[in-house]
Amino acid sequence: MMDTKRTTFQNKWLPYVLLAPQLFITLIFFIWPAGQAVKSSFEREDPFGFSTVFVGLQHYARLMQDPNYLDSFLRTAVFAVAVTVISMLLGLLFAVAVDRLMRSARVYTTLLVWPYAVAPVVAGVLWFFLFNSSTGILPYYLSFFGIKWDHNLNGTHAMILIIIAAAWKQISYNFLFFLAGLQSVPHTLMEAAAIDGSGPIKRFFDISLPLLSPTTFFLFIVNVNYTMFDTFSIVDATTNGGPAQSTNILVYKVYQDGYLGLNLGSSSAQSVLLMLIVIVLIFVQFRFVERRVQY
Amino acid sequence: MVENRPFLTFLTHAFLLCGFVVVAFPVYVAIIASTHDAQTLMSTTMPLLPGSHFIENYRTIFTSASAANGLPAYPLMAMNSMIMAIVITIGKIVISILSAFAIVYFRFRFRQLAFWIIFITLMLPVEVRIMPTYKIVADLGMLNSWAGLIIPLVASATATFLFRQFFMTVPEEMMEAARVDGAGPMKFFKDILLPLSRTNIAALCVILFIYGWVQYLWPMLVTTDPSYYTLMMGMKRMVAVQDGEVQWNLVMAASVLAMLPPVAIVIFMQRLFIRGLTETEK
Repeated sequence: MMDTKRTTFQNKWLPYVLLAPQLFITLIFFIWPAGQAVKSSFEREDPFGFSTVFVGLQHYARLMQDPNYLDSFLRTAVFAVAVTVISMLLGLLFAVAVDRLMRSARVYTTLLVWPYAVAPVVAGVLWFFLFNSSTGILPYYLSFFGIKWDHNLNGTHAMILIIIAAAWKQISYNFLFFLAGLQSVPHTLMEAAAIDGSGPIKRFFDISLPLLSPTTFFLFIVNVNYTMFDTFSIVDATTNGGPAQSTNILVYKVYQDGYLGLNLGSSSAQSVLLMLIVIVLIFVQFRFVERRVQY
Repeated sequence: MVENRPFLTFLTHAFLLCGFVVVAFPVYVAIIASTHDAQTLMSTTMPLLPGSHFIENYRTIFTSASAANGLPAYPLMAMNSMIMAIVITIGKIVISILSAFAIVYFRFRFRQLAFWIIFITLMLPVEVRIMPTYKIVADLGMLNSWAGLIIPLVASATATFLFRQFFMTVPEEMMEAARVDGAGPMKFFKDILLPLSRTNIAALCVILFIYGWVQYLWPMLVTTDPSYYTLMMGMKRMVAVQDGEVQWNLVMAASVLAMLPPVAIVIFMQRLFIRGLTETEK
C-alpha cells in the first residue's frame, strides 16, 4: 500500500506543501471533531454549557440500557439487511440478464443505471408520493388486496417505504459491479461447460456465482455502509424517524438527539459507536481487497 | 452468449423490459404528476396519462412557487446547487491529485502518517460526526458561508487513492527521462502527469459532480440563511409544509428538475461514469 517510485524527487519542503490542503481539511474537519466526539462522550455538560464533568462510561452504559437505542439498533439491522439483500438480488438478476445479450447490452445498461444519480432526498420524495395514503397510486392498488396503507401511522409500512426507496436507488450500483464481474468471467470456461452439456442455469450456479463471490462480498460491505449512513436524507424526507420511532435508524438518532434534542453527551457516545462500526466495516473490506490481489 | 437459445433470449428481453418499467415507474409518475393541476392529484386516483398543465406548473416553479413556500427564487437555488457541485468537484480533484503526487513521487518524513490521516477520512462520514463538526464550523465563524458549506466536504480519500493507484502505473522511465532533461517536479507534474491523468480526472468529475449535487445534510446544518439554499433543501421545504396541503404537482415538477442534471450526465457520459464508479470504489 505504501510504495513510492524507485526514484523520487528530492525536495525538502515541496511534498509538505502539496499535502497541506488535504491534511489541513482532514485534521480540522475530520480528526478534530472525531476527537471531540470521543471526548464529550465521556463528559456531561450542564444545561447552560458553563461546566463539564467527567462521567466515564456513563453515556455508554445508559445507551446500552436504553430500550429506544437498542430498538434503533435492531431497526437499523433490519433496514440494512433488507436494503442490501433486495438491491443486490435485483442488481445481480439485471446483470445476469444484460450479460446474456450482446448487441443490446449497452442500451439496457443505460436504461438501468440512471437511478444512481437521483438524490436520496428526491428518491424519498418520489416514493413518499407514490405511497401517499390520500392521493398516492400504490395505496389505491393495495386496497384491492385489502391492505389499508398508511405509513404515517403504521410503523411497518413506514419501514417498508424507506426500504423500497433506499433499495431502488442502490440497484444500479450493484448492477454495474455485478455486470463488470460477470464480464470478466473467462469465456472459455463457459464454452467448456456448455460443451459438457450444462445449461445456462447450471452454468450460472456452478461457474458465474462462485467467481462472483469477491464482488458479492465487496458489495455487501458497501451496501451495508450505504444503508447505515447515506440514507439519512431518505428518512428525513419521508418519515422523520416516525411513526413512534419505527424508522429511527442509528444515524438519524444521532442527529435527532444531538442537533434537535441537544443531548450532546449521548449523541457523542452514539457517534463514537457508529464510528467503530464504520471502522470494522472498512477494516473487513480492506482485508478482503488484500486477499483478492493475491489471487 | 455461448449457445443460441431464442426462447431464453426472449425471456431475458422481457425480464429486462419489466425491470426497466418497475425501476422507472416512480419517475414516470413524477413526470405525469407534474403535468396535472393540484386539484386532479388531490381528488381522483393518480392519472397515468399526461395532463394539460405542464407549462403552467414548470412556469410556476421558476416564478412564484418559491416565494409561496418561503424559499429564495428558483434560479438562485439552482445556481447554489450548481456552484456547490462544481466547486466541490474541482476542489476534491485538485487537493487529491496534489496529495497523491506527493505520496507517490517523494520520500519524506511522516509520509506514512500523512497517508493514514487521509485514509481515516474514509471512516468518518459526516453523518457520524454531525454535532462536533457543526460546533467546530460554528466556532470558526463559518456558518452561513460558502467556505463552511464547501471546505469540510472537499477532503477525499477515494480520489487520492485513485490518483495514487494511477500514478503507480505510470512507467518509471517517464520520470527518469524528465529528470535527465532537467525538469523539476512541478514541471513534470504539469507537463506529463496531468495530461496522462485526463481520463481519470474526467471520470472522477462525473462521480464527484453527482456527489456534490445530492448533498443534503451538511447544507441543511450549516446554512440557515435562505440565500444559500440548494435545490435539495428547497424540495424538502416544499414537502414539509406546516399548514395546508402539499402541492404535489409542483413538488413533482421540482423533483423532475432537480434530478435532470445528474441523470443527464450519467446517461450521456455513461462510459466515464462507469469508469469513475468502478475505479474509485475499489
